[in-house]
Amino acid sequence: MSLTPADISGIAKLARLELSEDEAETFRHQLSSILKFVDKLAEVKTDDVEPMSHVVPVHNVWRTDEAEPCSPATRDAVVKAFPDKEGELLKVKSVF
Amino acid sequence: MELHELSLTEAAKGLAAKTFSSREMTEAVLRRAAAKNATTHAYVLLTEDEALRQADEADHRRARQGEQSPLDGVPIAVKDNILVAGVPATAGSNIIKDYVAPYDATVVARLRRAGAVIVGKTNMDEFAMGSSSETSCHGVTRNPWDAEKIPGGSSGGSAAAVAEGSAIAALGSDTGGSIRQPAAMCGVVGLKPTYGRVSRYGLIAMASSLDQIGPITKTVDDAAAMLGAIEGQDPMDSTSLPLAAESKLPEKLPAKIKGLRVGLPKEYFVGGMEPGVEAAIKEAIETLRGLGADIKEISLPHAEYALAVYYVLMPSEVSANLSRFDGIRYGHRVAGASLEETYRKSRGAGFGREVRRRIMLGTYALSAGYYDAYYLKALKVRKLIANDFAQAFTEVDCILTPTSPIPAWNLGEKVDDPLSMYLADIYTVSVNVAGVPAISLPCGFSAGLPVGLQLIGRHFDEKTILSAAKAYEAAADWRAKNPLPTN
Repeated sequence: MSLTPADISGIAKLARLELSEDEAETFRHQLSSILKFVDKLAEVKTDDVEPMSHVVPVHNVWRTDEAEPCSPATRDAVVKAFPDKEGELLKVKSVF
Repeated sequence: MELHELSLTEAAKGLAAKTFSSREMTEAVLRRAAAKNATTHAYVLLTEDEALRQADEADHRRARQGEQSPLDGVPIAVKDNILVAGVPATAGSNIIKDYVAPYDATVVARLRRAGAVIVGKTNMDEFAMGSSSETSCHGVTRNPWDAEKIPGGSSGGSAAAVAEGSAIAALGSDTGGSIRQPAAMCGVVGLKPTYGRVSRYGLIAMASSLDQIGPITKTVDDAAAMLGAIEGQDPMDSTSLPLAAESKLPEKLPAKIKGLRVGLPKEYFVGGMEPGVEAAIKEAIETLRGLGADIKEISLPHAEYALAVYYVLMPSEVSANLSRFDGIRYGHRVAGASLEETYRKSRGAGFGREVRRRIMLGTYALSAGYYDAYYLKALKVRKLIANDFAQAFTEVDCILTPTSPIPAWNLGEKVDDPLSMYLADIYTVSVNVAGVPAISLPCGFSAGLPVGLQLIGRHFDEKTILSAAKAYEAAADWRAKNPLPTN
Protein backbone atom coordinates (compact mmCIF):
# COMPACT_ATOMS: atom_id res chain seq x y z
CA MET A 1 0.00 0.00 0.00
CA SER A 2 1.54 3.26 -1.13
CA LEU A 3 0.26 6.46 0.43
CA THR A 4 -0.18 9.70 -1.52
CA PRO A 5 0.60 13.20 -0.18
CA ALA A 6 -3.18 13.72 0.01
CA ASP A 7 -3.51 10.60 2.19
CA ILE A 8 -0.88 11.96 4.56
CA SER A 9 -2.51 15.35 4.94
CA GLY A 10 -5.88 13.63 5.45
CA ILE A 11 -4.50 11.41 8.22
CA ALA A 12 -2.69 14.35 9.85
CA LYS A 13 -5.96 16.28 9.90
CA LEU A 14 -7.81 13.36 11.52
CA ALA A 15 -5.00 12.96 14.05
CA ARG A 16 -4.91 16.72 14.82
CA LEU A 17 -1.18 16.81 14.12
CA GLU A 18 0.66 19.65 12.47
CA LEU A 19 3.42 18.28 10.21
CA SER A 20 6.06 20.17 8.24
CA GLU A 21 6.23 19.45 4.48
CA ASP A 22 9.52 17.60 4.91
CA GLU A 23 8.10 15.49 7.63
CA ALA A 24 4.96 14.68 5.66
CA GLU A 25 7.13 13.38 2.81
CA THR A 26 9.37 11.30 5.12
CA PHE A 27 6.32 9.84 6.84
CA ARG A 28 4.72 9.05 3.48
CA HIS A 29 7.63 6.75 2.60
CA GLN A 30 8.05 5.25 6.06
CA LEU A 31 4.34 4.60 6.60
CA SER A 32 4.05 3.08 3.11
CA SER A 33 6.82 0.60 3.86
CA ILE A 34 5.31 -0.30 7.26
CA LEU A 35 1.88 -0.79 5.62
CA LYS A 36 3.46 -2.97 2.97
CA PHE A 37 4.89 -5.10 5.79
CA VAL A 38 1.57 -5.41 7.65
CA ASP A 39 -0.29 -6.18 4.42
CA LYS A 40 0.94 -9.77 4.84
CA LEU A 41 -2.00 -10.21 7.25
CA ALA A 42 -4.17 -10.54 4.14
CA GLU A 43 -2.57 -13.96 3.53
CA VAL A 44 -4.19 -15.40 6.67
CA LYS A 45 -7.56 -17.05 6.30
CA THR A 46 -9.81 -15.65 9.04
CA ASP A 47 -13.35 -16.23 7.76
CA ASP A 48 -14.54 -18.15 10.83
CA VAL A 49 -12.35 -16.42 13.41
CA GLU A 50 -13.82 -14.21 16.12
CA PRO A 51 -11.86 -10.98 16.60
CA MET A 52 -10.00 -10.97 19.93
CA SER A 53 -9.90 -7.60 21.62
CA HIS A 54 -9.11 -8.98 25.06
CA VAL A 55 -6.73 -11.76 26.02
CA VAL A 56 -8.17 -12.40 29.47
CA PRO A 57 -11.79 -13.22 30.25
CA VAL A 58 -12.91 -9.82 31.49
CA HIS A 59 -16.44 -8.73 30.70
CA ASN A 60 -18.42 -5.79 31.94
CA VAL A 61 -17.00 -4.73 35.27
CA TRP A 62 -19.62 -2.91 37.29
CA ARG A 63 -19.51 -0.67 40.30
CA THR A 64 -22.04 1.54 42.04
CA ASP A 65 -22.41 4.88 40.31
CA GLU A 66 -21.19 6.98 43.20
CA ALA A 67 -18.62 9.74 43.16
CA GLU A 68 -15.60 9.00 45.29
CA PRO A 69 -13.89 12.17 46.46
CA CYS A 70 -10.14 12.47 45.98
CA SER A 71 -7.85 14.07 48.53
CA PRO A 72 -7.60 17.90 48.51
CA ALA A 73 -3.88 17.53 47.73
CA THR A 74 -4.61 15.49 44.61
CA ARG A 75 -7.29 17.96 43.54
CA ASP A 76 -4.90 20.89 43.97
CA ALA A 77 -2.20 19.10 41.99
CA VAL A 78 -4.63 18.47 39.12
CA VAL A 79 -5.66 22.15 39.08
CA LYS A 80 -2.02 23.20 39.25
CA ALA A 81 -1.29 21.16 36.12
CA PHE A 82 -3.79 23.15 33.97
CA PRO A 83 -1.94 24.90 31.11
CA ASP A 84 -4.17 27.98 31.53
CA LYS A 85 -6.71 28.87 34.20
CA GLU A 86 -8.88 31.53 35.76
CA GLY A 87 -8.99 31.03 39.48
CA GLU A 88 -9.49 27.32 39.84
CA LEU A 89 -11.21 26.93 36.46
CA LEU A 90 -9.59 25.43 33.38
CA LYS A 91 -9.46 28.04 30.63
CA VAL A 92 -9.93 26.95 27.00
CA LYS A 93 -10.83 28.54 23.66
CA SER A 94 -14.50 28.58 22.77
CA VAL A 95 -15.55 25.43 20.95
CA PHE A 96 -17.85 27.20 18.42
CA MET B 1 30.71 -6.71 47.62
CA GLU B 2 29.78 -3.05 47.81
CA LEU B 3 26.24 -2.18 48.86
CA HIS B 4 25.14 -1.00 45.41
CA GLU B 5 26.18 -4.36 43.93
CA LEU B 6 23.80 -6.37 46.11
CA SER B 7 20.67 -8.01 44.77
CA LEU B 8 17.32 -7.21 46.37
CA THR B 9 17.32 -10.54 48.19
CA GLU B 10 20.87 -9.97 49.49
CA ALA B 11 19.96 -6.42 50.51
CA ALA B 12 16.91 -7.69 52.42
CA LYS B 13 19.11 -10.16 54.32
CA GLY B 14 21.68 -7.49 55.20
CA LEU B 15 18.97 -5.08 56.34
CA ALA B 16 17.27 -7.78 58.43
CA ALA B 17 20.61 -8.72 60.05
CA LYS B 18 21.34 -4.99 60.59
CA THR B 19 24.66 -5.44 58.76
CA PHE B 20 23.85 -2.06 57.22
CA SER B 21 20.99 0.40 57.39
CA SER B 22 18.61 1.50 54.66
CA ARG B 23 20.20 4.95 54.87
CA GLU B 24 23.66 3.48 54.18
CA MET B 25 22.32 1.41 51.32
CA THR B 26 20.35 4.31 49.84
CA GLU B 27 23.37 6.63 50.11
CA ALA B 28 25.52 4.04 48.33
CA VAL B 29 23.00 3.72 45.51
CA LEU B 30 22.64 7.52 45.20
CA ARG B 31 26.44 7.90 45.09
CA ARG B 32 26.55 5.30 42.36
CA ALA B 33 23.82 7.11 40.41
CA ALA B 34 25.65 10.43 40.74
CA ALA B 35 28.86 8.83 39.47
CA LYS B 36 27.28 7.00 36.54
CA ASN B 37 24.54 9.29 35.31
CA ALA B 38 26.85 11.55 33.28
CA THR B 39 27.82 8.49 31.19
CA THR B 40 24.78 6.26 31.02
CA HIS B 41 22.01 8.75 31.84
CA ALA B 42 19.82 6.03 33.32
CA TYR B 43 17.91 8.59 35.38
CA VAL B 44 16.00 11.66 34.29
CA LEU B 45 15.43 12.62 37.93
CA LEU B 46 16.89 11.56 41.28
CA THR B 47 14.73 12.29 44.31
CA GLU B 48 17.58 12.19 46.85
CA ASP B 49 16.01 14.05 49.77
CA GLU B 50 12.77 12.14 49.64
CA ALA B 51 14.67 8.84 49.20
CA LEU B 52 16.79 9.50 52.29
CA ARG B 53 13.69 10.47 54.26
CA GLN B 54 12.05 7.17 53.25
CA ALA B 55 15.26 5.29 54.13
CA ASP B 56 15.30 6.81 57.64
CA GLU B 57 11.65 5.88 58.06
CA ALA B 58 12.47 2.30 57.02
CA ASP B 59 15.30 2.17 59.56
CA HIS B 60 13.01 3.44 62.30
CA ARG B 61 10.31 0.96 61.33
CA ARG B 62 12.78 -1.89 61.55
CA ALA B 63 14.14 -0.70 64.90
CA ARG B 64 10.60 -0.39 66.31
CA GLN B 65 8.85 -3.39 64.80
CA GLY B 66 11.51 -5.89 63.79
CA GLU B 67 10.95 -8.06 60.71
CA GLN B 68 9.69 -6.28 57.61
CA SER B 69 8.79 -7.12 53.98
CA PRO B 70 11.78 -8.05 51.76
CA LEU B 71 11.44 -4.67 49.99
CA ASP B 72 11.52 -2.60 53.16
CA GLY B 73 14.28 -0.01 52.93
CA VAL B 74 15.50 -1.19 49.51
CA PRO B 75 16.23 1.54 46.91
CA ILE B 76 14.09 1.07 43.80
CA ALA B 77 13.86 3.09 40.56
CA VAL B 78 10.64 3.82 38.67
CA LYS B 79 10.25 4.27 34.91
CA ASP B 80 9.20 7.80 34.05
CA ASN B 81 5.80 6.77 32.64
CA ILE B 82 4.66 5.54 36.08
CA LEU B 83 3.23 8.18 38.44
CA VAL B 84 4.87 8.99 41.77
CA ALA B 85 2.82 11.66 43.57
CA GLY B 86 4.50 15.06 43.69
CA VAL B 87 7.28 14.01 41.29
CA PRO B 88 7.42 14.88 37.55
CA ALA B 89 6.23 12.14 35.18
CA THR B 90 7.29 13.06 31.66
CA ALA B 91 7.23 9.70 29.82
CA GLY B 92 10.21 11.15 27.96
CA SER B 93 7.98 13.60 26.08
CA ASN B 94 8.14 17.36 25.61
CA ILE B 95 4.34 17.49 25.65
CA ILE B 96 4.30 16.70 29.41
CA LYS B 97 7.85 17.74 30.30
CA ASP B 98 6.59 19.93 33.17
CA TYR B 99 3.82 17.63 34.36
CA VAL B 100 3.90 16.72 38.05
CA ALA B 101 2.03 13.54 39.01
CA PRO B 102 -0.94 14.33 41.29
CA TYR B 103 -1.20 10.77 42.69
CA ASP B 104 0.66 7.47 43.02
CA ALA B 105 0.24 4.68 40.50
CA THR B 106 -1.15 1.57 42.21
CA VAL B 107 2.21 -0.21 41.78
CA VAL B 108 3.99 2.72 43.44
CA ALA B 109 1.48 2.80 46.32
CA ARG B 110 2.10 -0.95 46.75
CA LEU B 111 5.88 -0.50 46.71
CA ARG B 112 5.50 2.18 49.38
CA ARG B 113 3.28 -0.11 51.43
CA ALA B 114 6.07 -2.71 51.26
CA GLY B 115 8.49 -0.05 52.52
CA ALA B 116 10.54 0.42 49.34
CA VAL B 117 12.65 3.56 48.96
CA ILE B 118 11.97 5.30 45.65
CA VAL B 119 15.20 6.80 44.36
CA GLY B 120 14.14 8.41 41.11
CA LYS B 121 12.63 8.26 37.64
CA THR B 122 14.38 6.44 34.81
CA ASN B 123 14.74 7.40 31.18
CA MET B 124 12.76 5.75 28.40
CA ASP B 125 11.74 6.08 24.78
CA GLU B 126 9.10 8.76 24.42
CA PHE B 127 5.78 7.31 25.64
CA ALA B 128 7.53 3.89 25.68
CA MET B 129 7.61 3.81 21.87
CA GLY B 130 10.94 2.39 20.86
CA SER B 131 13.48 -0.37 21.38
CA SER B 132 16.56 1.77 22.04
CA SER B 133 15.83 4.55 24.59
CA GLU B 134 17.00 7.13 22.05
CA THR B 135 13.76 9.08 21.56
CA SER B 136 13.41 10.66 25.02
CA CYS B 137 13.13 14.45 25.27
CA HIS B 138 15.83 14.17 27.96
CA GLY B 139 18.38 12.65 25.57
CA VAL B 140 19.63 9.08 25.09
CA THR B 141 20.53 6.45 27.70
CA ARG B 142 23.70 4.42 27.12
CA ASN B 143 24.45 0.77 27.83
CA PRO B 144 26.52 0.27 31.04
CA TRP B 145 28.47 -2.52 29.29
CA ASP B 146 29.50 -0.29 26.38
CA ALA B 147 28.65 3.40 26.26
CA GLU B 148 28.59 3.41 22.44
CA LYS B 149 25.67 0.97 22.48
CA ILE B 150 21.99 1.43 23.17
CA PRO B 151 20.66 -0.08 26.44
CA GLY B 152 17.58 -1.44 24.65
CA GLY B 153 14.16 0.02 25.22
CA SER B 154 11.82 1.32 25.99
CA SER B 155 12.65 0.73 29.70
CA GLY B 156 16.35 1.35 28.93
CA GLY B 157 16.88 3.62 31.94
CA SER B 158 15.48 1.07 34.40
CA ALA B 159 17.60 -1.74 32.91
CA ALA B 160 20.77 0.38 32.87
CA ALA B 161 20.17 1.53 36.47
CA VAL B 162 19.85 -2.04 37.75
CA ALA B 163 22.84 -3.23 35.69
CA GLU B 164 25.14 -0.45 36.92
CA GLY B 165 23.90 -0.63 40.53
CA SER B 166 22.29 2.79 40.68
CA ALA B 167 19.13 0.97 41.77
CA ILE B 168 18.76 -2.40 43.46
CA ALA B 169 15.65 -3.12 41.38
CA ALA B 170 13.36 -1.12 39.10
CA LEU B 171 9.90 -0.99 37.58
CA GLY B 172 9.46 -1.00 33.82
CA SER B 173 6.53 -1.33 31.46
CA ASP B 174 6.23 -3.78 28.57
CA THR B 175 3.90 -3.39 25.58
CA GLY B 176 5.90 -5.41 23.03
CA GLY B 177 9.11 -6.27 24.87
CA SER B 178 10.01 -3.03 26.68
CA ILE B 179 10.96 -4.78 29.95
CA ARG B 180 12.51 -7.95 28.53
CA GLN B 181 14.56 -6.56 25.65
CA PRO B 182 16.47 -3.88 27.65
CA ALA B 183 16.91 -6.41 30.49
CA ALA B 184 18.50 -8.77 27.95
CA MET B 185 20.72 -6.05 26.48
CA CYS B 186 21.92 -4.87 29.90
CA GLY B 187 22.47 -8.37 31.32
CA VAL B 188 19.75 -8.32 33.98
CA VAL B 189 16.41 -10.05 34.64
CA GLY B 190 13.12 -8.66 33.31
CA LEU B 191 9.63 -10.06 33.90
CA LYS B 192 6.50 -9.19 31.94
CA PRO B 193 3.64 -10.52 34.02
CA THR B 194 0.42 -12.00 32.62
CA TYR B 195 -1.97 -9.36 31.28
CA GLY B 196 -4.30 -8.63 34.19
CA ARG B 197 -1.90 -9.63 36.98
CA VAL B 198 -0.62 -6.11 37.76
CA SER B 199 -2.72 -2.94 37.83
CA ARG B 200 -1.87 -0.27 35.26
CA TYR B 201 -3.60 2.55 37.18
CA GLY B 202 -1.16 5.45 37.06
CA LEU B 203 0.80 4.10 34.09
CA ILE B 204 0.74 6.57 31.20
CA ALA B 205 -1.06 4.34 28.72
CA MET B 206 0.46 3.37 25.39
CA ALA B 207 -1.53 0.40 24.02
CA SER B 208 -3.98 -0.71 26.68
CA SER B 209 -4.70 -4.23 25.45
CA LEU B 210 -0.94 -4.99 25.57
CA ASP B 211 0.61 -2.86 28.37
CA GLN B 212 1.85 -4.49 31.59
CA ILE B 213 4.05 -3.20 34.41
CA GLY B 214 6.78 -5.49 35.71
CA PRO B 215 10.13 -5.69 37.49
CA ILE B 216 13.70 -5.39 36.21
CA THR B 217 16.07 -6.98 38.72
CA LYS B 218 19.48 -8.58 39.23
CA THR B 219 18.17 -12.07 39.99
CA VAL B 220 15.12 -14.27 39.45
CA ASP B 221 14.33 -14.31 43.19
CA ASP B 222 14.34 -10.51 43.11
CA ALA B 223 11.83 -10.51 40.24
CA ALA B 224 9.56 -12.85 42.23
CA ALA B 225 9.79 -10.60 45.30
CA MET B 226 8.94 -7.50 43.26
CA LEU B 227 6.01 -9.24 41.54
CA GLY B 228 4.69 -10.36 44.94
CA ALA B 229 4.69 -6.75 46.09
CA ILE B 230 2.97 -5.15 43.08
CA GLU B 231 0.51 -7.81 41.82
CA GLY B 232 -3.18 -8.24 42.53
CA GLN B 233 -6.56 -6.93 41.53
CA ASP B 234 -7.20 -3.20 41.73
CA PRO B 235 -10.62 -1.54 41.44
CA MET B 236 -8.90 1.32 39.57
CA ASP B 237 -7.93 -0.99 36.66
CA SER B 238 -10.92 -3.03 35.53
CA THR B 239 -8.68 -5.32 33.45
CA SER B 240 -6.85 -6.51 36.57
CA LEU B 241 -7.99 -9.89 37.85
CA PRO B 242 -8.10 -11.56 41.26
CA LEU B 243 -5.25 -14.01 41.81
CA ALA B 244 -6.38 -17.62 42.14
CA ALA B 245 -4.71 -19.59 44.93
CA GLU B 246 -2.79 -21.76 42.46
CA SER B 247 -1.39 -18.65 40.70
CA LYS B 248 0.20 -17.23 43.84
CA LEU B 249 3.95 -17.48 44.23
CA PRO B 250 5.23 -19.62 47.10
CA GLU B 251 7.01 -17.85 49.97
CA LYS B 252 10.28 -19.37 48.82
CA LEU B 253 10.56 -19.89 45.06
CA PRO B 254 11.80 -23.41 44.25
CA ALA B 255 14.52 -23.92 41.61
CA LYS B 256 12.70 -26.51 39.58
CA ILE B 257 13.26 -27.74 36.05
CA LYS B 258 13.66 -31.54 36.21
CA GLY B 259 11.01 -33.13 34.03
CA LEU B 260 9.71 -29.76 32.88
CA ARG B 261 8.62 -29.82 29.24
CA VAL B 262 10.30 -26.91 27.44
CA GLY B 263 9.19 -26.10 23.89
CA LEU B 264 11.37 -24.66 21.16
CA PRO B 265 9.15 -23.10 18.49
CA LYS B 266 10.55 -24.33 15.18
CA GLU B 267 9.44 -21.11 13.46
CA TYR B 268 11.87 -19.14 15.66
CA PHE B 269 14.92 -21.30 15.08
CA VAL B 270 15.32 -20.88 11.34
CA GLY B 271 18.00 -18.22 11.15
CA GLY B 272 17.89 -14.48 11.62
CA MET B 273 19.78 -14.72 14.91
CA GLU B 274 23.16 -13.10 15.27
CA PRO B 275 25.71 -15.98 15.58
CA GLY B 276 26.81 -15.02 19.11
CA VAL B 277 23.18 -14.93 20.27
CA GLU B 278 22.49 -18.29 18.61
CA ALA B 279 25.53 -19.89 20.26
CA ALA B 280 24.56 -18.58 23.71
CA ILE B 281 20.97 -19.81 23.32
CA LYS B 282 22.10 -23.26 22.12
CA GLU B 283 24.41 -23.55 25.11
CA ALA B 284 21.59 -22.54 27.45
CA ILE B 285 19.35 -25.22 25.92
CA GLU B 286 22.06 -27.81 26.62
CA THR B 287 22.37 -26.56 30.20
CA LEU B 288 18.61 -26.98 30.66
CA ARG B 289 18.74 -30.45 29.14
CA GLY B 290 21.56 -31.31 31.55
CA LEU B 291 19.33 -30.17 34.42
CA GLY B 292 16.70 -32.68 33.37
CA ALA B 293 14.39 -30.53 31.25
CA ASP B 294 12.51 -32.34 28.51
CA ILE B 295 13.30 -30.20 25.44
CA LYS B 296 10.75 -30.56 22.64
CA GLU B 297 10.22 -28.94 19.29
CA ILE B 298 6.84 -27.25 19.02
CA SER B 299 5.07 -25.17 16.41
CA LEU B 300 3.52 -21.70 16.61
CA PRO B 301 2.15 -21.68 13.05
CA HIS B 302 1.11 -18.02 13.03
CA ALA B 303 4.34 -16.74 14.59
CA GLU B 304 5.36 -14.98 11.40
CA TYR B 305 2.26 -12.76 11.60
CA ALA B 306 2.75 -11.59 15.19
CA LEU B 307 4.81 -8.52 14.28
CA ALA B 308 2.29 -7.43 11.67
CA VAL B 309 -0.57 -7.88 14.16
CA TYR B 310 1.38 -5.90 16.75
CA TYR B 311 2.23 -3.07 14.37
CA VAL B 312 -1.48 -2.65 13.55
CA LEU B 313 -3.01 -3.04 17.04
CA MET B 314 -0.36 -1.08 18.96
CA PRO B 315 -0.45 2.11 16.82
CA SER B 316 -4.26 1.95 16.65
CA GLU B 317 -4.47 1.95 20.44
CA VAL B 318 -1.71 4.57 20.62
CA SER B 319 -3.64 6.92 18.36
CA ALA B 320 -6.68 6.66 20.64
CA ASN B 321 -4.80 6.76 23.98
CA LEU B 322 -2.66 9.74 23.04
CA SER B 323 -5.61 11.83 21.90
CA ARG B 324 -5.79 13.00 25.53
CA PHE B 325 -2.57 14.96 25.01
CA ASP B 326 -4.10 17.95 23.29
CA GLY B 327 -2.80 20.86 25.36
CA ILE B 328 -6.12 21.35 27.16
CA ARG B 329 -6.11 19.81 30.62
CA TYR B 330 -2.39 19.32 31.17
CA GLY B 331 0.89 19.46 29.36
CA HIS B 332 2.24 21.79 26.75
CA ARG B 333 -0.24 24.16 25.09
CA VAL B 334 0.56 26.14 21.93
CA ALA B 335 -2.34 28.55 21.47
CA GLY B 336 -3.86 28.73 17.98
CA ALA B 337 -6.58 30.90 16.43
CA SER B 338 -9.19 28.17 16.93
CA LEU B 339 -9.59 25.21 19.27
CA GLU B 340 -8.66 22.80 16.50
CA GLU B 341 -5.56 24.78 15.65
CA THR B 342 -4.59 24.69 19.34
CA TYR B 343 -4.82 20.89 19.23
CA ARG B 344 -2.79 20.66 16.02
CA LYS B 345 -0.08 23.02 17.14
CA SER B 346 0.21 21.63 20.68
CA ARG B 347 0.44 18.06 19.43
CA GLY B 348 2.70 18.92 16.49
CA ALA B 349 5.15 20.72 18.78
CA GLY B 350 4.90 18.39 21.79
CA PHE B 351 5.21 14.91 20.26
CA GLY B 352 8.48 13.56 18.90
CA ARG B 353 8.88 11.91 15.54
CA GLU B 354 8.31 8.24 16.45
CA VAL B 355 5.21 9.12 18.45
CA ARG B 356 3.76 11.13 15.56
CA ARG B 357 4.62 8.29 13.16
CA ARG B 358 2.70 5.77 15.28
CA ILE B 359 -0.26 8.10 15.79
CA MET B 360 -0.42 8.58 12.00
CA LEU B 361 -0.23 4.83 11.39
CA GLY B 362 -2.93 4.06 13.96
CA THR B 363 -5.21 6.84 12.75
CA TYR B 364 -4.94 5.42 9.25
CA ALA B 365 -5.59 1.82 10.38
CA LEU B 366 -8.73 2.91 12.24
CA SER B 367 -10.06 5.28 9.57
CA ALA B 368 -13.19 4.65 7.55
CA GLY B 369 -12.54 2.21 4.72
CA TYR B 370 -9.42 0.69 6.30
CA TYR B 371 -10.72 -0.46 9.69
CA ASP B 372 -11.75 -3.92 8.45
CA ALA B 373 -8.60 -4.53 6.42
CA TYR B 374 -6.22 -3.57 9.21
CA TYR B 375 -7.64 -3.35 12.71
CA LEU B 376 -10.38 -5.98 12.50
CA LYS B 377 -8.12 -8.32 10.53
CA ALA B 378 -5.36 -7.93 13.14
CA LEU B 379 -7.82 -8.74 15.96
CA LYS B 380 -8.73 -11.97 14.16
CA VAL B 381 -5.13 -13.01 13.55
CA ARG B 382 -4.50 -12.17 17.21
CA LYS B 383 -6.99 -14.88 18.12
CA LEU B 384 -5.09 -17.38 15.94
CA ILE B 385 -1.80 -16.45 17.64
CA ALA B 386 -3.38 -16.87 21.09
CA ASN B 387 -4.76 -20.25 19.94
CA ASP B 388 -1.25 -21.30 18.86
CA PHE B 389 0.05 -20.62 22.37
CA ALA B 390 -2.91 -22.42 23.97
CA GLN B 391 -2.25 -25.44 21.75
CA ALA B 392 1.50 -25.39 22.47
CA PHE B 393 0.83 -25.28 26.21
CA THR B 394 -1.06 -28.60 25.99
CA GLU B 395 2.27 -30.14 24.90
CA VAL B 396 4.81 -28.19 26.98
CA ASP B 397 5.00 -26.27 30.27
CA CYS B 398 7.01 -23.33 28.97
CA ILE B 399 8.47 -22.03 25.72
CA LEU B 400 12.07 -20.96 25.20
CA THR B 401 13.30 -18.34 22.71
CA PRO B 402 16.04 -15.72 22.58
CA THR B 403 14.76 -12.39 23.93
CA SER B 404 16.27 -10.44 21.04
CA PRO B 405 17.79 -11.80 17.81
CA ILE B 406 20.68 -9.33 18.15
CA PRO B 407 22.68 -7.86 21.05
CA ALA B 408 22.74 -4.11 21.73
CA TRP B 409 23.38 -2.11 18.57
CA ASN B 410 25.24 1.17 18.11
CA LEU B 411 23.60 4.42 19.15
CA GLY B 412 21.99 6.04 16.11
CA GLU B 413 22.19 2.89 14.00
CA LYS B 414 18.46 2.36 13.49
CA VAL B 415 16.88 5.72 14.26
CA ASP B 416 16.03 6.51 10.64
CA ASP B 417 14.85 3.03 9.78
CA PRO B 418 11.75 2.33 11.90
CA LEU B 419 10.88 -0.94 10.17
CA SER B 420 14.29 -2.45 10.89
CA MET B 421 13.95 -1.43 14.56
CA TYR B 422 10.47 -3.01 14.67
CA LEU B 423 11.82 -6.31 13.29
CA ALA B 424 14.11 -6.67 16.32
CA ASP B 425 10.95 -7.20 18.43
CA ILE B 426 10.25 -10.52 16.73
CA TYR B 427 10.55 -12.76 19.83
CA THR B 428 8.86 -10.49 22.34
CA VAL B 429 5.70 -9.08 20.74
CA SER B 430 3.74 -12.32 20.37
CA VAL B 431 3.84 -12.66 24.18
CA ASN B 432 1.93 -9.38 24.57
CA VAL B 433 -0.40 -10.25 21.69
CA ALA B 434 -1.33 -13.47 23.56
CA GLY B 435 -1.22 -11.84 27.02
CA VAL B 436 0.97 -14.58 28.53
CA PRO B 437 3.86 -13.98 30.99
CA ALA B 438 7.54 -14.13 30.01
CA ILE B 439 10.87 -13.61 31.69
CA SER B 440 14.21 -12.62 30.18
CA LEU B 441 17.37 -13.63 32.00
CA PRO B 442 21.08 -13.47 31.16
CA CYS B 443 22.46 -16.48 29.26
CA GLY B 444 25.91 -15.33 28.19
CA PHE B 445 27.62 -12.83 25.97
CA SER B 446 28.14 -12.14 22.30
CA ALA B 447 31.36 -10.21 21.70
CA GLY B 448 31.22 -8.81 25.23
CA LEU B 449 27.55 -7.79 25.10
CA PRO B 450 24.89 -9.54 27.19
CA VAL B 451 22.47 -12.01 25.60
CA GLY B 452 19.05 -12.77 27.07
CA LEU B 453 17.05 -15.98 27.19
CA GLN B 454 13.25 -15.77 27.21
CA LEU B 455 10.95 -18.27 28.95
CA ILE B 456 7.25 -17.91 28.17
CA GLY B 457 4.55 -19.43 30.39
CA ARG B 458 0.84 -20.12 30.56
CA HIS B 459 -1.56 -17.38 31.66
CA PHE B 460 -0.95 -16.64 35.37
CA ASP B 461 1.70 -19.38 35.58
CA GLU B 462 4.61 -17.10 36.48
CA LYS B 463 5.51 -19.72 39.11
CA THR B 464 6.68 -22.23 36.48
CA ILE B 465 8.82 -19.83 34.43
CA LEU B 466 10.32 -18.22 37.53
CA SER B 467 11.20 -21.62 39.02
CA ALA B 468 12.75 -22.81 35.75
CA ALA B 469 14.63 -19.53 35.37
CA LYS B 470 15.93 -19.85 38.91
CA ALA B 471 17.25 -23.37 38.22
CA TYR B 472 19.04 -22.18 35.06
CA GLU B 473 20.39 -19.10 36.83
CA ALA B 474 21.88 -21.24 39.62
CA ALA B 475 23.47 -23.67 37.15
CA ALA B 476 24.88 -21.08 34.74
CA ASP B 477 25.70 -18.50 37.42
CA TRP B 478 26.42 -15.62 35.02
CA ARG B 479 26.30 -13.16 37.87
CA ALA B 480 29.32 -14.79 39.59
CA LYS B 481 31.27 -15.36 36.36
CA ASN B 482 30.61 -11.93 34.97
CA PRO B 483 29.69 -9.53 37.68
CA LEU B 484 27.75 -6.49 36.64
CA PRO B 485 29.86 -3.78 35.03
CA THR B 486 31.52 -1.98 37.90
CA ASN B 487 33.36 0.87 36.20
